[in-house]
Amino acid sequence: MKPPVLQVEGYSKHFELHEQGKLIPSSHNVNFSVHAGELTALIGPTGAGKSSVLKGIYRTYLPSSGRMLYRDANGRELDLAQAGEHQILELRRWEIGFVTQFLHCLPRQATLDVVAQPLFALGAAREEAREQAAELLAAMNLPQRLWSVSPATFSGGEKQRVNLARGFIAKPRLLLLDEPTASLDPATAERVIALIEGLKANGTAMLAIFHHPEVTGRLADRVVELSPPPAIEELLKEIA
Amino acid sequence: MNMTSHTPTAYNFGFLDEYAKKEVRRAILKAVSIPGYQVPYASREMPMGRGFGTGGLQLTLSLIGPGEVLKVIDQGSDDSVNAVNLRQFIEMTCPGVSTTTRTAEATLIQSRHRIPERPLTGDQIIVLQVPYPDALVVVEPSEDKRKIMHGEADYSRLLVKLYEDIVQFDEITISHRYPTRINGHYVIDPSPIPRWDVPKLHHSRSLALFGAGREKKIYAVPPHTDAEPLVFTDVPFRVEDFRDGEGRRRACERCGCADSFLDEFVDGSGEKVYQCSDSDWCDEHLAEANQGVTA
Amino acid sequence: MNKIFEVRGLSKIYGPGCPLCIESTGPDADTNICPHCGSVVAIHDVSFDLFEGEILGLMGESGSGKSTVVKCLYFDQPPSSGEAVFFDRDRQHELFALNAAQQRWLRNHRFGMVYQNPHLGLNFNISAGGNIAERLLMSDLMDYGAIRARARELLARTEVLLSRMDELPKNFSGGMQQRVQIAKALATQPPLLFLDEVTTGLDLSVQARILDLILEIQQELKTAMIVVTHDLGVIRLLTGRALVMKYGRIIEAGLTDQILEDPQHAYTQRLVASAL
Repeated sequence: MKPPVLQVEGYSKHFELHEQGKLIPSSHNVNFSVHAGELTALIGPTGAGKSSVLKGIYRTYLPSSGRMLYRDANGRELDLAQAGEHQILELRRWEIGFVTQFLHCLPRQATLDVVAQPLFALGAAREEAREQAAELLAAMNLPQRLWSVSPATFSGGEKQRVNLARGFIAKPRLLLLDEPTASLDPATAERVIALIEGLKANGTAMLAIFHHPEVTGRLADRVVELSPPPAIEELLKEIA
Repeated sequence: MNMTSHTPTAYNFGFLDEYAKKEVRRAILKAVSIPGYQVPYASREMPMGRGFGTGGLQLTLSLIGPGEVLKVIDQGSDDSVNAVNLRQFIEMTCPGVSTTTRTAEATLIQSRHRIPERPLTGDQIIVLQVPYPDALVVVEPSEDKRKIMHGEADYSRLLVKLYEDIVQFDEITISHRYPTRINGHYVIDPSPIPRWDVPKLHHSRSLALFGAGREKKIYAVPPHTDAEPLVFTDVPFRVEDFRDGEGRRRACERCGCADSFLDEFVDGSGEKVYQCSDSDWCDEHLAEANQGVTA
Repeated sequence: MNKIFEVRGLSKIYGPGCPLCIESTGPDADTNICPHCGSVVAIHDVSFDLFEGEILGLMGESGSGKSTVVKCLYFDQPPSSGEAVFFDRDRQHELFALNAAQQRWLRNHRFGMVYQNPHLGLNFNISAGGNIAERLLMSDLMDYGAIRARARELLARTEVLLSRMDELPKNFSGGMQQRVQIAKALATQPPLLFLDEVTTGLDLSVQARILDLILEIQQELKTAMIVVTHDLGVIRLLTGRALVMKYGRIIEAGLTDQILEDPQHAYTQRLVASAL
């Protein structure tokens, strides 16, 4: 069997709030692997630190401990927890995608350009990138009249589709999905599921959190259950 | 030069004392060595107000010696008040020096606002009186900064002036003191000569010296040296256009010359008339014309 | 990705300075004024790298020294100590070892600067086009027609009405003045651009359009930028990495989203919390 694209070992994350003198635990001792062409799903109760795992891998959060070994397109292995900032930025540009529940984009920018953004960043020709963006938005059933306006005023479901399209467009090697179908109607959710299956078939390794257990059941090749982190006192003992 | 006094006056030959002349000569040597560079000098007090040609006069007095033939002109004319006064002063303080109004005869020419039409020779020196020596003064008030700009040959802001001129008027409107680059580096203010005279500095056979008495600067365009007016590559430098409404070149009312710099007058009947600005040039042409008639 | 800029140990002290200046100032001392000699330690020991096409944010409150960093690197002020190496194609320049003419050459040809105050970046006595012409003339473009064409192209790119090209910038709105400044800074296609609080004081809608323009330019021309701002929104939208400064020191450096969502230093946590 081929080695995993991502191997997470003993990942933990807690927040130290200096002002309040508090330590907030988030994820604790998480272990799993993600493989090319497969989807690993994270499940567990609210507060188990599922999103914190995704953010730790993307380095939006600085991991408190653990290793996150990523094997890049050239077969080199590096620990995302230790990688330099420019290495991370390069991986984000070329290999690792993240679809969050929030859409951050420039004001005034047309939806088509928001979606095509990752391709622009890779130096793709503008028109070609926009064509691909249009294809994806059509596949996700986003009405064409919305393509030329800014997503700022869109509904939750519309924004989510824009966000997904932007995550899919560059065909990343590793895609992190945080509740990608949460606010979609069933018909649109089906289309998104089909797209995810398509990416998987193309070899993308995926790590996802789904709102609905039945979606997890349909898409996941591996399921990892996280339990809430121990109480602060326990954690402090462990750190000490 | 001669240190002993040949005159009944109490003054040294050339009014200035020998040390003052030496200082000016050293500044001249430096100015010739670094074409276009403004060399500071002490600028002595002269028995006339600053602004009346004291810079040019100090150059002349430091260069002149017995046997020299001097011509003094003001705006092309040997007879204007300023030229006459300066000439008389030099005659008085420099015994043995002769003066002339003929460009061809002069060995030393002190001038204000014009360079003679007759091409100067390698045996002649022209001294120009300068009110504002620094071409950059219009774009930069601080002399410290101007010195740095000159040192680095940074004349972009002068060129922006030209750019704005073309944008506004479709041509460069500078009529006098046209910024001119010497030997590929320093840009000088060539004194208030018209654009007509600027090309005469380029590869001239004679040495051109510039003296600013009030501003205490001396600079030079040595013989056979590049003197290029600042221009854009696609907007060539142009001298004054003396064509009339029908496109014919105007000629001098007096001598008939059609290739000299013309002054405009209004005659008694209110008509505009044109005459050579260079009076010696005009006289010469007139003489030639009369000869032609009498012959 | 290639490194374009390497800054090490940059310091700037205003005043006589004394052996106690450094230890008596900074975030822990809660001041940048030395209590022993009265000198202002504007920045101390600032180090960072910048890569081609990257946008780096310098954030902090006023007096944190962020603008001083940029002023030193753009040769507006000499630093008290430190090094900065600019990697330009196959050459490299140690900025503070260059003579004045070499520094001016880099500034005119390879760097661009957009100031918060347009009076610093523009000459208000010459037209918008003339301002751009000045920078082109500095880089020895001497053809009037070519200068006009390039100025027109730059103003069109920065969305300034071409009919106003020959007007004085003092007649322009604040947003338009910034656009002219950006056009002027871009005139020589510099690989490095400094932006000092460029949207501060502008209307929100005008701000958004300027930010949009800056990002488009960064993608089109692959210009590396150092963005100085106290506005976390600007940092989030423009930059990939950021440095947080307080009393002249860098107290935190990291990926921008990490600094905003998982700030490590107490001061950054307070800064981010107060903004959200």
